[in-house]
Amino acid sequence: MNPRLTRNELLRRGAAGGALLAFPSILAACGGGGGGGSTDGGELKDVLNFANWPLYIDVDKPTTLEDFTSQTGIKVNYFEEINDNAEYFAKIQGPLSQGQGIDRDLFVFTDNSRFPGILVDEGWVQKLDKDLIPNIENLVPAQASPPFDPNREYSLPWQSGMTGIAWNEDLTGPVTSIEQLLTDPKLKGKVSMLQELADSVGLVMLANGDDPGSVSDDSFNAAIDRVQAAVDSGQIVRFTGNDFAQPLTRGTFAASVAWSGDIVQLLADNPKLKWAIPSDGGMIWTDNMLIPAGGSVPTASTYLNFVYDPAIAARIAAYINYVTPVVGAKEELAKTDPETANNTLIFPDEETLSQVKQFDSEALNNDEYITLWQGVLGQ
Amino acid sequence: MGSFFHRHPKLAPYLLLAPGLLWLGLFFLIPLGFLGYQSLQSGVFPNFEFTWEFSNFSDALSDYKTQFFRSFLYAGIATVLSLLLAYPLVYWIAFKAGPWRNLFLLAIVAPFFVTYLIRTLAWLNILANEGPVVGFLRDIHVLGANEGLLFTSLAVVAGITYNFFPFMALPLYVSLEQIDPRLHEAAKDLYANPRQTFMRVTLPLSAPGIVAGTLLTFIPAAGDFINAELLGTPKQQMIGNVIQAKFLESLDYPTAASLSFVLMAMILIGLLFYAKIVGSEKLTG
Repeated sequence: MNPRLTRNELLRRGAAGGALLAFPSILAACGGGGGGGSTDGGELKDVLNFANWPLYIDVDKPTTLEDFTSQTGIKVNYFEEINDNAEYFAKIQGPLSQGQGIDRDLFVFTDNSRFPGILVDEGWVQKLDKDLIPNIENLVPAQASPPFDPNREYSLPWQSGMTGIAWNEDLTGPVTSIEQLLTDPKLKGKVSMLQELADSVGLVMLANGDDPGSVSDDSFNAAIDRVQAAVDSGQIVRFTGNDFAQPLTRGTFAASVAWSGDIVQLLADNPKLKWAIPSDGGMIWTDNMLIPAGGSVPTASTYLNFVYDPAIAARIAAYINYVTPVVGAKEELAKTDPETANNTLIFPDEETLSQVKQFDSEALNNDEYITLWQGVLGQ
Repeated sequence: MGSFFHRHPKLAPYLLLAPGLLWLGLFFLIPLGFLGYQSLQSGVFPNFEFTWEFSNFSDALSDYKTQFFRSFLYAGIATVLSLLLAYPLVYWIAFKAGPWRNLFLLAIVAPFFVTYLIRTLAWLNILANEGPVVGFLRDIHVLGANEGLLFTSLAVVAGITYNFFPFMALPLYVSLEQIDPRLHEAAKDLYANPRQTFMRVTLPLSAPGIVAGTLLTFIPAAGDFINAELLGTPKQQMIGNVIQAKFLESLDYPTAASLSFVLMAMILIGLLFYAKIVGSEKLTG
């Protein structure tokens, strides 16, 4: 069993941490702040304000959030207010750039957007208190060193997911390749792709035989030319966020570039929906929890420790059907729900993982690429 | 207070104007100043610098002329359509509906009780391939078996027309309702046929309503982005979509700000021309 903190021990550590942290913060204040208070973590509070994406946590009673409250005495205000990385970032960057907090202790950004990198570089997020997160040892090794935060000083993964092709069986047979998605006349006018550059461009790069993990001008241009051609021909009608789900279910779209967990969740009510990693490969991404400036580091770190308990991680992953970054969750789940534990969309095996790639993190910050992609979106 | 105005009668209008002017100054002019400042910056988020970057404006125009053109085209068509749809309807309500007037007016305003976004999303369902409209049009062979309405320019214009319809109908109603019915009788007494009565009496007297309605419809419609976003494809994106994406997706604030300014300037210039035309004797009689 992994170490679990008792409430007393936690408060003690929190107070000690708070006292220790208070001193450097005075120095930092004298020295002119120096970028976003990675030192002033605040004190342990009895409330955690957690901003996350919709449909991204278990809601069956008793929920893991309720268990967290009963274990630690910390109440959680859970805000489902993030629909889109760019949109949420635009909302919070104003106060953060003015050195103000945003009344949140924890929020979630995807690593296939440039925002985690900007948040870290600008000092708008705070370092984790790893003393309060002994369960960090359960982080899967593959996630230990992302480019935007090589030592996981500021962030921990919430969940990962895969980008592939979903289709509605009422309207089409299997859509198993990007080539088919972009050119099959039967799908004309009924295809949507994701608005997130890394998802859509990544898949097309794989279909072109290029490596989305190391983007060049040539491979990027080849990919967006191919998407543009499909827009011009009327094959693709929309670029979406999460809102592909309803039109795909209704049959307005026959096939969509889509995220794995959403389809698994939709499957329960819509067995005609299918999802697959395209024959040329799919994309994988990770949502990361970060502590915004002004948030309480000890409180947030306490929660991070809680969700890195394999038993808790298993409950969350089993409910939301995304890939958990916590080692041991699968074994925990196998005890109660072996079927879910063998779902390769939730616990991808070696074979699945060999089919998915991560998008080039440097290309995400390339302004020219972003402008070119906006052009494809018609913007 | 009363004696103050008696002693300084010239100050009264300024004092009455003050709250409104203060409001506009604080919440329109100052932000506009910031927007202007931002539109002349250069650099990449979050490191923008003020460099008198006037090329932002020429780039904005040349890079997005398609979307500008499309915005004015869609807004123009929607405005004309609203006018053509609203005029007979409102005419009937004003002159023929009698005691039912208020009920019909309420019916025009009723969609406003639902938020803009939901109203537009409803059109997604109305125009969907599985929906009744497409089904009917396919049955009577106006649309082919594989043709649809959703994700076309037609869908976007229809959405804009629907959403801004009350802005056209209400000012029209106000101007028509004020027309004294005895003027119609007088025209008849002077041997005007119904057509002449309409052209020479009703239409000129309702001109202020037409002008107000077209402005209230066209200006917001030209900057709209929800309809193109939900009912169109990338090929139907309007300038509002570009500004929205520049601000929120690519975080390119200088371009977004200069696009906003160019849009404002274009609408303003159009407005001046319009005022010049409708200001002439022709329309106001």
